[in-house]
Amino acid sequence: MSYVYLESDNIISSLGFTTNENIDKLSKAEGGITLLDDKELFTERFPVSMINRNTLLKRIENTNLSDEYTLLEKIIILSVKDALKNSAADISSEKTAIVLSTTKGNIDLLDKSISDKYPKDRVLLWSLAETIAKYFNNPNKPVVVSNACISGVMAINIGADLINTEQYNNAVIIGADIVSKFVVSGFQSFKSVSQEPCKPFDSERVGLTLGEACGTLILTNKPSDNNCNIVYAGGATANDANHISGPSRTGEGSFIAINKAIKESGINAGEIDYISAHGTATPYNDEMESIAISRVEMESVPVNSLKGYWGHTLGAAGLIETIAMAHTMRNNILFKTLGYSTHGVSKNINVITETGNSEVKNALKMASGFGGCNAALILKKLDK
Amino acid sequence: MEKLKVQIIEQLNLEDMEPSDIENEEPLFGDGLGLDSIDALELIVLLEKEYGIKVEDPKEGKKIFESVKTLAEYIESRKN
Amino acid sequence: MKNYISSYCKIKNGTVIVNNNEVFRSEANDLKSVVKEIYRSIKPGYAKFFKMDDISKLGFIAAELMLKDTNLKNRYNDSEIGIVLSNSSSTIVTDSEFQDTIQDNNNYFPSPAIFVYTLPNIMIGEISIRHKFQGENAFFLNEKFDSIFISNYVNSLINNGKIKACLTGWVEYSENGYEALIYLVEQDGNTEHTEENINIIYNK
Repeated sequence: MSYVYLESDNIISSLGFTTNENIDKLSKAEGGITLLDDKELFTERFPVSMINRNTLLKRIENTNLSDEYTLLEKIIILSVKDALKNSAADISSEKTAIVLSTTKGNIDLLDKSISDKYPKDRVLLWSLAETIAKYFNNPNKPVVVSNACISGVMAINIGADLINTEQYNNAVIIGADIVSKFVVSGFQSFKSVSQEPCKPFDSERVGLTLGEACGTLILTNKPSDNNCNIVYAGGATANDANHISGPSRTGEGSFIAINKAIKESGINAGEIDYISAHGTATPYNDEMESIAISRVEMESVPVNSLKGYWGHTLGAAGLIETIAMAHTMRNNILFKTLGYSTHGVSKNINVITETGNSEVKNALKMASGFGGCNAALILKKLDK
Repeated sequence: MEKLKVQIIEQLNLEDMEPSDIENEEPLFGDGLGLDSIDALELIVLLEKEYGIKVEDPKEGKKIFESVKTLAEYIESRKN
Repeated sequence: MKNYISSYCKIKNGTVIVNNNEVFRSEANDLKSVVKEIYRSIKPGYAKFFKMDDISKLGFIAAELMLKDTNLKNRYNDSEIGIVLSNSSSTIVTDSEFQDTIQDNNNYFPSPAIFVYTLPNIMIGEISIRHKFQGENAFFLNEKFDSIFISNYVNSLINNGKIKACLTGWVEYSENGYEALIYLVEQDGNTEHTEENINIIYNK
């Protein structure tokens, strides 16, 4: 039996510029959400999770990244470079795929103040991906998925499929979105942004907190390190077919996606010992997820949301949260749900309230988004 | 109220509707005109843009947007 | 395993082709008028149509015409039918429309009804709601229609049992024009689901 291994990764976010820096903050229950007063982004002060600009500029300078690259492209290049350090995958090989997940890519280029600094097509997502592929001398057409907030989870599902169908040996999965006036204005107009840092699954949750991040995950069928023991086991997507902006009240799409992912993984539902939920902290999303978790009979399984640390990083969210999930499995550490104190969903799900050690062999990642879409993904730890 | 109806039809892209199709006291949401949650948010934008009225709490909208009549009354009360 | 293309709809330059037959021709040049004319000719009686942005209308109407005689819902469960679409420009026309509502700080009124359509997969959501399709979803971006990638992906979804039928295709709209091809992939049929056969209908 051949496996798709999670070989190497990187996270750039408000919590740091490497996976280790990010995981260290998660372990200490330190979040990256701060109050920002930036009239260029929004008329009022609001909580948000931003990549540290000073550190970012230094890293860009040290890497000699010229201004022909946009801000987002520079962040992606830094992230991919760091992930490649611990991987045997040759990114310039025709057997290495690049899969990019993003919701809005270089959308900041639509703003008239910078739109003339770059070629016009750079705002298009395939053009962004090709810029990255060209930087790394990858000869293949990059795969770009833009499917709202489930894109990050989907990109991993798609990358694993490209390896399982023997089209490629390796896949460099990238998930990235930045905080822009476009996105902030949109979510504010939807009245879904909380005035305080978000509170997933809490009784007083009123909305999400936006964030920006880039994650890179390298999948391979042949890891260089024999200790590599976290593998992709299955994944699926499904649609609620109910409403374009509100999740199903019955958790139908999420329920279907989880069941299909479990079926593909060959693992029994009862063997899942950790769930990384989407947990945006909007009233409807978290309630819907609790119903879906209850319907697949996983109410007692420890579950958390990492949105209280990173905010909702859109196209990066599913990817960086899966990287954190792999870390949870390698080191048997469960992170508490930052922002949660009083149970606020109708089902009695087991929200993690204290960071601590617990054996995790099989884990489920959930995601949901606008357009009624839902995704699920299962990772498994191989016995050594 | 006729002006308000024209604005609602325009803001919400209610194709094929004439102001006379909307009854003053007919419910805007649910069984009446059949508007949904995105329309409610869009009505909040309309109030701000056309009348300079800010609705901070979307829950407040429920009462205001019951019908064209309640909406007109709300605009009138905020003007004073 | 072999899969088949059982039905398709192509809309370009005002001409609508369904399974090799021209079923409608519009003299209008702009997408807004074209989709409205097609809608009025087929009368689906679906008021939500008018709330959609223009690219969603295009995808919606192409799906409507393609599905007309397929009897799809009687042959599969809701969760066995997937939608996998692609294009080049994502939702750039709607993105620009939303940008116009936020560009000027003195006239800053971001519209939630426009914002929600600035994600390309909303079109998939609209088609899913209309027909209650609950299977796999994906929206991909390619510079040009990539029949090799998309056929491999859809075949893989069907062959590993995740879905049994898939609405697939390309729905593009930018300042350079519009174009839609939506076709149905199933396990039975006459036209094999190959890159070559996809390109034949794409070039109609």
